Amino acid sequence: MIALADVHKAFGANRVLQGVNLTVARGTSTVVIGGSGTGKSVLIKCILGLVTPDRGTITVDGQDALNPASRDAFLARFGMLFQGGALFDSLPVWQNVAFRLLRGSLKRPREEARAIALEKLARVGLGPAVADLYPAELSGGMQKRVGLARAIAAGPEIIFFDEPTTGLDPIMAGVINGLIREIVTEMGATAITITHDMTSVRAIADRVAMLHGGVVRWEGPVAELDSAADPYLRQFVGGLAEGPIETLR
Amino acid sequence: MNPALPLARLGRATLAALAAVGRVTLFAAAALSHLVRPPFYLREFGQQVMQIGWFSLPVVGLTALFTGGALALQIYAGGARFNAESVVPQIVAIGMARELGPVMAGLMVAARVASSIAAELGTMKVTEQIDALTTLSTNPVKYLAVPRLLAATLAVPALVAVADAIGIMGGWLVGITRLGFNSAAYLGNTADFLEPWDVGSGLVKGAVFGFIIALMGCWFGMNSARGAQGVGRATKAAVVAASVLILAANYALTELFFSA
Repeated sequence: MIALADVHKAFGANRVLQGVNLTVARGTSTVVIGGSGTGKSVLIKCILGLVTPDRGTITVDGQDALNPASRDAFLARFGMLFQGGALFDSLPVWQNVAFRLLRGSLKRPREEARAIALEKLARVGLGPAVADLYPAELSGGMQKRVGLARAIAAGPEIIFFDEPTTGLDPIMAGVINGLIREIVTEMGATAITITHDMTSVRAIADRVAMLHGGVVRWEGPVAELDSAADPYLRQFVGGLAEGPIETLR
Repeated sequence: MNPALPLARLGRATLAALAAVGRVTLFAAAALSHLVRPPFYLREFGQQVMQIGWFSLPVVGLTALFTGGALALQIYAGGARFNAESVVPQIVAIGMARELGPVMAGLMVAARVASSIAAELGTMKVTEQIDALTTLSTNPVKYLAVPRLLAATLAVPALVAVADAIGIMGGWLVGITRLGFNSAAYLGNTADFLEPWDVGSGLVKGAVFGFIIALMGCWFGMNSARGAQGVGRATKAAVVAASVLILAANYALTELFFSA
């Protein structure tokens, strides 16, 4: 279980998180929605230790995420798909996927790591011909798939997806959404996804949390998304220009 | 206007500069501490030796050749004012080994490598590749900075040695073709007057310059601001800082090694 309690983070005068409280149960898929700049990415970066909160506590299965006993062992439990893929340009696709298996505590023999990389690439619908290409030679959709393969390569217990469908056409976005749902279900992983895309929300989420004004404004099962009374949530879900969320026109 | 305002601004700028020096020092200390702790990324180190050392050879060699030749012409013309034209071989050799070899190689590598490191790491920063390294249980300083720092610290002295040899050869070529020197006498004078410490001091300078170049490239790259403009600024800052620090370090080392 991932639990955030009263998490604050400011960048200069910009108070991004102002007391976030959120619990994500083991084996569930939670999608965090919210407008641009509301701190969704900062939230998951705080859990991973990429950004240090100013205040508050974050625990993963009771373990303090901000000061884990072993950072390597802690991070080995996570996989992450970055918004832009964040694939390493200097490495071929298979080495990107097997990055964790080629070094550090999870190191495997090179041939075994390559075999696992090919298996994970196949799982996301990419053939062995892609393995020796470099990321710059791939389309945006293929890069997302490779990023997804890298995120699941070491069999993580917890997977984060940051804007998994941004920049993709609707068909490819649907394919990626389907893959995420399938993979999370078959691995039994705990997942947190950040997105603006309501199609993704409905495809991926068990539960939804809306971040606004630095706090979790609404949280509940995806089935209650359309019937919720919260005016902020209704405006966001409906994509309405009029409502309590200020918009620039 | 408040008369204390300029002083306040000066104070803030001074504090900011000192804080920046502190952060760079801590970054360098962290990188050095990783030098002796596993895991060691030998493949990445080898790649950086090629990038920083081998691929810099043409530019360093050409620069040294022309500098050695120009130095011979200048010493000959200047020496002629007090009948000292014959010292061309000795001064070219000492000048190249002690000063021009290390400084020219350092500046050329700074232009070529500090910019390249800052741009590469800056792009990695803004495309979240550095965050991705962390989530993959890999320390970015250890994986990215340490191989570059070690490779530059070892490769630049080698480039200095090459620059010394080619620079002296440039002087010799000009000496025998343009200034009327006897080839054997020129080389004999060079060998007789050049002492091991002339060369050794230049190699030590090269190692220091190499460390500065990689440190500035890594620091500005890994702390690049967002977007193309941020990477551009990081690249420019890395080259400027590396060049100024090389010249400052050159003076400090010359004082240390050769002051009376």
